[in-house]
Amino acid sequence: MERIELTAAWAEGQEVLAEVTKESGVRASKCYQCGKCTAGCPVAFAMDKTPREIMRLVQLGLMDEALQSQTIWLCASCDTCSTRCPREVDIARMMETLRIIAKRKGFVAEKKMDLFHDLFLKSVEKNGRVHELGLILGFNIYGMQPLKDAHFGPSMLLKGKLSPLPHTIKDNGEVKKIFANVRKRGGKL
Amino acid sequence: MKYAYYPGCSLSSTGVEYDISTKKVAESLGIELWEIPEWNCCGASSAHLTDHLLALALPARNLAIAEEKGLDVAIPCAACYARCKATEVEVKDSKEMQKTISEVIERQYTGKAQARALLDVFVNDLGLQSISTLVNKPLKDLKVVSYYGCLLVRPPRLGFDDAEDPQSMDKLIEALGGTPVDWAFKTECCGAAHATTKSEVGFPMIEKILTAAKEAGADCIATACPLCMSNLDMRQTQVGAKYGKNYSLPVFYFTELMGIALGLNPEELGISKHFVDALGIVKKLNEAAGRRDTA
Ligand code: SF4
Ligand code: SF4
Repeated sequence: MERIELTAAWAEGQEVLAEVTKESGVRASKCYQCGKCTAGCPVAFAMDKTPREIMRLVQLGLMDEALQSQTIWLCASCDTCSTRCPREVDIARMMETLRIIAKRKGFVAEKKMDLFHDLFLKSVEKNGRVHELGLILGFNIYGMQPLKDAHFGPSMLLKGKLSPLPHTIKDNGEVKKIFANVRKRGGKL
Repeated sequence: MKYAYYPGCSLSSTGVEYDISTKKVAESLGIELWEIPEWNCCGASSAHLTDHLLALALPARNLAIAEEKGLDVAIPCAACYARCKATEVEVKDSKEMQKTISEVIERQYTGKAQARALLDVFVNDLGLQSISTLVNKPLKDLKVVSYYGCLLVRPPRLGFDDAEDPQSMDKLIEALGGTPVDWAFKTECCGAAHATTKSEVGFPMIEKILTAAKEAGADCIATACPLCMSNLDMRQTQVGAKYGKNYSLPVFYFTELMGIALGLNPEELGISKHFVDALGIVKKLNEAAGRRDTA
């Protein structure tokens, strides 16, 4: 039989758990596993682990399992779970924090979603605003699906809904500085 | 009444008619909107998934500019509103966070300038009474389901309306002479960017909402969010084709419905920019009104 080193795994889990708790301010121990979060979650149908299961994994310190789940990427940040939890656990904030830490550790279960948000923020850092046409084109090109949704393009341009050029704000230096200052404080952007 | 105005990125592209109708309606109602000069993107809905401090700092810069002017900020987009409100509340709750954020944005923001949803401003500051006295083309017999979406009234402690069964948009529709239709999907999430990034998850979410609106017997949907609008309007035919359904359900920004009821020209409100035809239903409304007038 294979020997499993429980103590070391447990210790590592506890370390990550402490990190998650500190960053999110959410105390997973408050959850009493009623499942109300899962019942109302509009994305539960597509998740590999339900929101309640994620909370259980976190309670047990089984952090790798939580961090590698698809769930934390599929969560739409709709706040339904946090609004309804009888124990006032901010599950949505937990999902968000797990995702940030997963990314830091190189666990990215949903590469395309991650790409979308990266391109979004790049556009903001560069122009101060999101350039939607650039974002969609970039997403579809990097995501290797250059023709996805392309049929919307011409009518969007005609309707004046997509501008071919980015709107860059004049004080864009200020926005660049915000990104730089967040990085200085340890933000991994 | 004067507010700082934060349109946000979607309102200068996919949601341009929300910007146009907001400005026209505010003007008709005598509300002055001062657009924050050189406003920046608030980071919704990407920054909060990457870095919490960045997610607070991006909206904070816009709020700080409004604070210098001594104005609260009126925000049409539900997603932008949610991010701005979250920043305001964290800054108010913690002096330490206030200091950190002011250092990051290199401007002072104390939480004094409040983030306000445009719907809240219209319904609660101006008031339904004042709005209804200005209505000259009531939305008579128009059955509307109000779709608040997930972000406008959540989390409950930040909200201006009930988080499970909000009423403000329904009451507004009523004040405009329309018929609000009750349904169970007022605050259900449309999946936001999922329709773009992972359509096998996003499309079923959209399908459920459109089907529920149809089953409730609605003539149209009212919304307060440009992302909801894209999903329900721009993708309606695409989603319908996937599930073998033909919804033909016009989707309006609530500001467009206000504009129609106030007697503004639907074309000038930007209603021709929708993907699902919405002008037809407005025309029918006007014809019915014409018949009533001559009868
Ligand atoms: S609703 Fe709250 S208490 Fe119930 S399972 Fe979810 S997190 Fe735990
Ligand atoms: S915030 Fe995420 S986990 Fe919570 S209900 Fe919404 S999609 Fe589900």
